[in-house]
Amino acid sequence: MDNGSKAEHSSMQLSGAEIIIQALIDEGIEYVFGYPGGAVLHIYDALFKRDEVKHILVRHEQGATHAADGYARATGEVGVCLVTSGPGATNAVTGIATAHMDSIPMVVLTGQVPTPVIGSDAFQEVDTVGITRPCVKHNFLVKRVEDLAATIKKAFFIAKSGRPGPVVVDIPKDVTDPSIRIPYRYPAEIALRSYNPAQRGHQGQIKKAVEKLLGAKRPVLYTGGGVVLGDGAAALTRLVRRLGYPITSTLMGLGAYPMTDKQFLGMLGMHGTYEANMAMHETDCLIAIGARFDDRVTGKIEHFCPHAEIIHVDVDPSCISKTVKVHVPIVGPVRSVLEDMLAVLEDPGTQPDRDALAAWWQQIDRWRSMDCLRYERTSQVIKPQFAVETLYKVTGGELFLTSDVGQHQMFAAQFYPFDKPRRWINSGGLGTMGFGLPAAMGVQLAFPDAPVACISGEASILMCIQEMATCKQYELPVKVILLNNGYMGMVRQWQEFFYESRYAHSYVDALPDFVRLAESFGHVGMRVDKPDELEAAMREAFGMKDRFVFLDVIVDPTENVYPMICAGKGHHEMELPPTMSERELA
Amino acid sequence: MRHILSMLVENESGALSRIAGLFSARGYNIESLTVAPTDEPTLSRMTLVTTGNDDIVEQIKKQLNKLIDVVKLQDLSEGEHIEREMMLIKLKAARPDREELKRLTEIFRAKIIDVTDASYVVELTGASKKLDAFIEAVPEGLITEVVRSGPTGISRGDKGLTL
Repeated sequence: MDNGSKAEHSSMQLSGAEIIIQALIDEGIEYVFGYPGGAVLHIYDALFKRDEVKHILVRHEQGATHAADGYARATGEVGVCLVTSGPGATNAVTGIATAHMDSIPMVVLTGQVPTPVIGSDAFQEVDTVGITRPCVKHNFLVKRVEDLAATIKKAFFIAKSGRPGPVVVDIPKDVTDPSIRIPYRYPAEIALRSYNPAQRGHQGQIKKAVEKLLGAKRPVLYTGGGVVLGDGAAALTRLVRRLGYPITSTLMGLGAYPMTDKQFLGMLGMHGTYEANMAMHETDCLIAIGARFDDRVTGKIEHFCPHAEIIHVDVDPSCISKTVKVHVPIVGPVRSVLEDMLAVLEDPGTQPDRDALAAWWQQIDRWRSMDCLRYERTSQVIKPQFAVETLYKVTGGELFLTSDVGQHQMFAAQFYPFDKPRRWINSGGLGTMGFGLPAAMGVQLAFPDAPVACISGEASILMCIQEMATCKQYELPVKVILLNNGYMGMVRQWQEFFYESRYAHSYVDALPDFVRLAESFGHVGMRVDKPDELEAAMREAFGMKDRFVFLDVIVDPTENVYPMICAGKGHHEMELPPTMSERELA
Repeated sequence: MRHILSMLVENESGALSRIAGLFSARGYNIESLTVAPTDEPTLSRMTLVTTGNDDIVEQIKKQLNKLIDVVKLQDLSEGEHIEREMMLIKLKAARPDREELKRLTEIFRAKIIDVTDASYVVELTGASKKLDAFIEAVPEGLITEVVRSGPTGISRGDKGLTL
């Protein structure tokens, strides 16, 4: 079929199933991640007849959502999933919630039982719209084939505009009936009277924010995932360089500003650096950009930035003053607000207080000299920190790195400095174990020639291990870097700190032999347990450019993530590595 | 503090549960909720009474506005407004109490709309406090059932909550 102009489409007579596929083509969708089943068979049949949209068959619907999510995070485009009704939809819920918490644009098409039997407890029926309602940006149940094209258009528009998020479109089987054909017209534009995301920040507020910033003695920029999602990285970098101010980032914002740059203080929050957290505690002017004052970032709210006037830039008004009261709110897309700030700063008369800034940097450098991320480099076992540092050395910082959830995630955030946005891909908000491997598939499909790795732990990886079969089917040369400590490391760390080392069910007994497991899926498995063999093993793994390689790295089972702000503490009350003496802290 | 939030909402299935779900998911108070179609068939008007400090109510309004189905929202409590609630109340009206209940109904400018040998149904409209006062004034043990609509409201003056 000729994939022609919109005008030609208007004359096409299509079934509901064909409308869905044609709409995806008109949206420019390259990949659909999915798994067939009864309620979506008409759609799969329509998909079979077209080759413009490539379908990636996952091995579990959770994998489909994470893969679409990884694709979206790496590219900035909307990720698309197609799953069946009932268990297909419920399996997708974890991935939908993951995307929702991190504001990732996604459209999830779910099959539903035919409209006449909805509500009758039919085979594979669940109330998908009801189940997903609290974890989507919006959802739809399409009851008439006439509404299908416009609803899909709305879904994509909502998913990617404003603060992005996942949108579920639930489609009963009879709506996709191949025998009912209607004229197809896909709207070029759509407007929703109840949904008008901010297009630009308030100019008066922006001027006020710049004045506050220039008047500051101890300023800090605190940036989050919104800078990455809002394509604000370039503007942010220009602003930070223009001002000469220190910048810290949340887990989700890493890479928006080059992490190897001297002005970057490292990540802040629960496992943030000493210098970043102390700067937060002492600052007199904080500007938060595309960040949401998450509890893992703020620590105890009463101790948060006690001396600061706070400026907050976010596209979502409900983010402003949700947990922390701010003084200068600016609602608008991050990039446009940053560009407007830069425009104000074009006036050469607008200069920061150089003397105050010099003194502030001296103070920060003293904190930095504490070297809070130190670890035992002479260890005879592989330290997880050393493994991440070696990964950085071997890949030269050019990696797309997805992560699972736990200690390895924090070590990666601390020890792999990303200099570009969309390279660090992890589940920050929901903290979904099992995210990393399927997310890496999505990234690798988007960038077939780029090095893509998933850093994981032996507990996380088992949660979506079945996706190794998908990687084989599509020959995705992802590298899994498994920091295998035999424990659910972060759980074990909390039990050591807060439960007197009672390791209740955090030891993962009866682990598989990951090398043979990888081999049984048709991949290359490797294991390394000596520090001096690690670099060569990683080079060998990344040297296999067309193979999926599973590198099982046996690491110190008892290493902890430091610094750490424990529950109920402020930024200035960090637990530091035990090798640091009290004298050093004074 | 008590706030009356008035909303224009897309007249679509799911809109009500989205709003109710928001309150339960985020732990906000919801005292009453009324909803009915308007003169514009695609829109419903919803009146919601909630309580909370200023920060919480501000957050409630932002979260409601964020819902795709909420077209417009107004906090009636922020300006001059009229609030009305309707109550149907069934009273045990045996011979010795009948005169007393009839007098009470007149004092409150309520209407008796159903009568049997042993009961009255009284209809009363007014601000919620007036309804509370009526219930308070009924002699102990004479109330069979109370049905209240929950408050609805509208702002005073020529401006309206329209598209």
